[in-house]
Amino acid sequence: MAPGLGAMEEKPAAATKHTTICLGSMASGLREVYESGRTKDMEWRQSQLRGLISLLTDNEEEIFDVLHEDLGKHRGEAFRDELGILVKSIKYTLQNLKKWMAPEKAEAPLVAFPATAMVVPEPLGVVLIFSCWNLPLGLALEPLSGALAAGNAIVLKPSELAPATAAFLAANIPKYLDSSAVKVVLGGPNVGEELMEHRWDKVLFTGSARVGRIIMTKAAKHLTPVALELGSKCPCIVDWLDGKRDRQIAVNRIIGAKWSTCAGQACIAIDHILVEEKFAPILIELLKSTLKRFMAEPGGMARILNEKHFQRLSAYLEDSNVASSVVHGGYMDRKTLRIEPTILLNPPVDSDIMTEEIFGPLLPIITVKKIEDSIAFLKSKPKPLAIYAFTTNESLKRRIVEETSSGSVTFNDAVVQYALESVPFGGVGHSGFGQYHGKYSFELFSNKKAVFKRSFLIEFMFRYPPWDDSKIGTLRHVYNYSYILLFLNLLGLRR
Amino acid sequence: MKPDKVFLLHIQSGLLLQVSFFRLSDLAFINDAQVPAGVTTFPSSAQIVSEPLGCVLVISAWNYPFLLSIDPVIGAIAAGNAVVLKPSEIAPATSALFAKLLPVYVDNSCIKVVEGGVPETTELLDQKWDKIFYTGSGNIGRIVMAAAAKHLTPVALELGGKCPAIVDSDVDLHVAVKRLAVGKWGCNNGQACIAPDYVVTTKSFAPELVDSLKRVLERFYGQDPLQSEDLSRIVNSNHFYRLTNLIDDKKVSQKIVHGGQRDEKQLKIAPTLLVDVPLETALMTAEIFGPFLPIVTVEKIEDSIEFVNARTKPLAAYLFTRNKKLQGEFVSNVPAGGLLVNDVALHVTNPQLPFGGVGESGMGSYHGKLSFDCFSHKKAVLIRGFGGEAGARYPPYTAEKQSILRGLINGSFFALVLALLGFPREKR
Repeated sequence: MAPGLGAMEEKPAAATKHTTICLGSMASGLREVYESGRTKDMEWRQSQLRGLISLLTDNEEEIFDVLHEDLGKHRGEAFRDELGILVKSIKYTLQNLKKWMAPEKAEAPLVAFPATAMVVPEPLGVVLIFSCWNLPLGLALEPLSGALAAGNAIVLKPSELAPATAAFLAANIPKYLDSSAVKVVLGGPNVGEELMEHRWDKVLFTGSARVGRIIMTKAAKHLTPVALELGSKCPCIVDWLDGKRDRQIAVNRIIGAKWSTCAGQACIAIDHILVEEKFAPILIELLKSTLKRFMAEPGGMARILNEKHFQRLSAYLEDSNVASSVVHGGYMDRKTLRIEPTILLNPPVDSDIMTEEIFGPLLPIITVKKIEDSIAFLKSKPKPLAIYAFTTNESLKRRIVEETSSGSVTFNDAVVQYALESVPFGGVGHSGFGQYHGKYSFELFSNKKAVFKRSFLIEFMFRYPPWDDSKIGTLRHVYNYSYILLFLNLLGLRR
Repeated sequence: MKPDKVFLLHIQSGLLLQVSFFRLSDLAFINDAQVPAGVTTFPSSAQIVSEPLGCVLVISAWNYPFLLSIDPVIGAIAAGNAVVLKPSEIAPATSALFAKLLPVYVDNSCIKVVEGGVPETTELLDQKWDKIFYTGSGNIGRIVMAAAAKHLTPVALELGGKCPAIVDSDVDLHVAVKRLAVGKWGCNNGQACIAPDYVVTTKSFAPELVDSLKRVLERFYGQDPLQSEDLSRIVNSNHFYRLTNLIDDKKVSQKIVHGGQRDEKQLKIAPTLLVDVPLETALMTAEIFGPFLPIVTVEKIEDSIEFVNARTKPLAAYLFTRNKKLQGEFVSNVPAGGLLVNDVALHVTNPQLPFGGVGESGMGSYHGKLSFDCFSHKKAVLIRGFGGEAGARYPPYTAEKQSILRGLINGSFFALVLALLGFPREKR
């Protein structure tokens, strides 16, 4: 059976028929559990995070199997990009949870003395997470861990396009986590739409802009806050590099960030390259020779998700102007859904491959006269999730950071920013809004509540009506923090 | 619509604080924040760079027409954006003031004022913005968010709600009541998103509370509040009739214990106290936004928290008590945008505290640095060099590579050392 959009609904054993009533009662059941206060305790949160780690470490082999079944991912890639990173991230969250949960003190102005001010994080309530098919484990469990850390009850809707992973999650989450507070809902777009008919305290969606719009529009009816992690064309600027070693390393990393990451089917994969005319041939030769080594064994690269995406990718090469720009690869096997690493040199900039997010193993290389020209090219496109640049030129680096906008910028490497808990992960503009990873995941699913406490001890009359000019005079001093003038003023005003 | 003096007072209450907070020398938070980069990406350095979102739209409300326009605009400018301000047409004098004065004092090529009502706002919402900041009602907030969804524009919605004030019996009653009163009627005669909407107290304490409120009200506004210059009027006849309809409902009017007078010509309504109004009435279900203060009584004060939590999350919740345990429960168990203990509304003036709602009361927060953050994008910047190359990252994924990779991802220094030493050795 070919995997595809309708796949989940054809499997009677795994799929559950969800009706509005069923989802509605699940949502209200979760709300009751949340209102009982159970998910707010630190102990509960810690136990859930530990449960999640066990889920991952107990079932490594099965995880490798399902990721291979869904995407043809090699276990090395699966560990590097999904399993390994998840365990690392959840451990980091566990280590820091107490700190993150603690109220932060804020300054209270002297005039309010005695007073205390602080910001107290609290869970939002019942949250909904939609994950995507390309990192079906990572994009489900990373946000899930953040939502758990923040003390919420959760519904997870994994993508039906990665059905083996979705089924794995549906079977194991109830085993390792508190199944009264964490639910997995399987199904296709219609289930997603029905879920959005309900009110949630937050929705995190990872996927396409088209569906992102639908989600946000439905969320608006209930004033449900959303975070949208969308896609984009992530450009990679490759500057002239001296030295064989630097060049080899750059090429290793480029290949790693394109073909070694789900065959380019990743929101942060390198979409296309911008390089100076004179460096292009050097780069292409090195890419070719390194690809030969890296892809020597079969299974070094994931397959294309399904027929539909295979068709979409092969259609790019149906444009003859694009096909003629292929300088390496191009072989496609519909039966095994595999496309070999393909490099194109200067396809027309208005072709589909240069205007749509490729999400596949085709790498256009666009040449510019001077490397600085790549900045203008970049700025003419919608803001991407990530910008990459391989360069040792400090002023080029500075210009890229200052003159362009993107979710993130990484110099001399690519995709690895995903593994860093200390930096936020998320888009801007067309690539989305809302950030997570590390502490940002915790905050994404929290409400940071302002708390201000006063005593009855000191009371100032200038706050109250009836109003007169002298009270306003006093207030001016208060708001200017002119405590000496205020003091003198108050002495004069003593009643 | 406000008495002159209150107008000035409220401008200052937050506005000048915000402006002074943003003195140029204080714009230290524009600087990049260095953050740790881990073993996994060693060697590397990481930063978080704040950058403007681009062109932002600020739609403000009519009740604090000056403050709610300028306050977000300050944040947008500090963050480096171009701004369009759409002041509320229901406060036309202030709107016209902005249209006239703002271009004179700021760079009017990037900071614009667009006046108008529903048609103009609708057209503005059709355009693509990098952020929309809206202050107003939940109904319009929904429309703003749906319009923003078409362009995937992030929004901040500062909405309203019914802000509860719980009053325990163990308070310094005179001080508590003054604070309660100024937070309610001193704030635009109750037409403020953070004004206490209703009070919860014990059956036994209610009479004393009501008496004290009456005394303070007379102190503030005299025997005939409708004649007091210190009392704001209702913004327009629409809202005047909306409010009078609320208390003219028979089920409500019989619960009035003080006030209820109104003057149609002046559009003034007197501070009004009610006790135990039936919960299904409009007064008790919709945000009042006016000078009526219903008092709900409970058996024990602890029950008040359950009462408050049964309703949608408010922008602010207030508690007057000396009981530390009750304070602790309140802070831990009452979700809201902001909480005040033993005072009302003041948190708005503290630029160190986030101001914003949650749930029905909104999303996003601002004030102080948060205003800057609200209109910024925090861009992650990871800087690596060509050192520290780990062959273990790349296919073909041999078993040896996988175990080093495992170590690297787990932050093992040993694995890092191995990787840096070039293990596993590549056969060329």
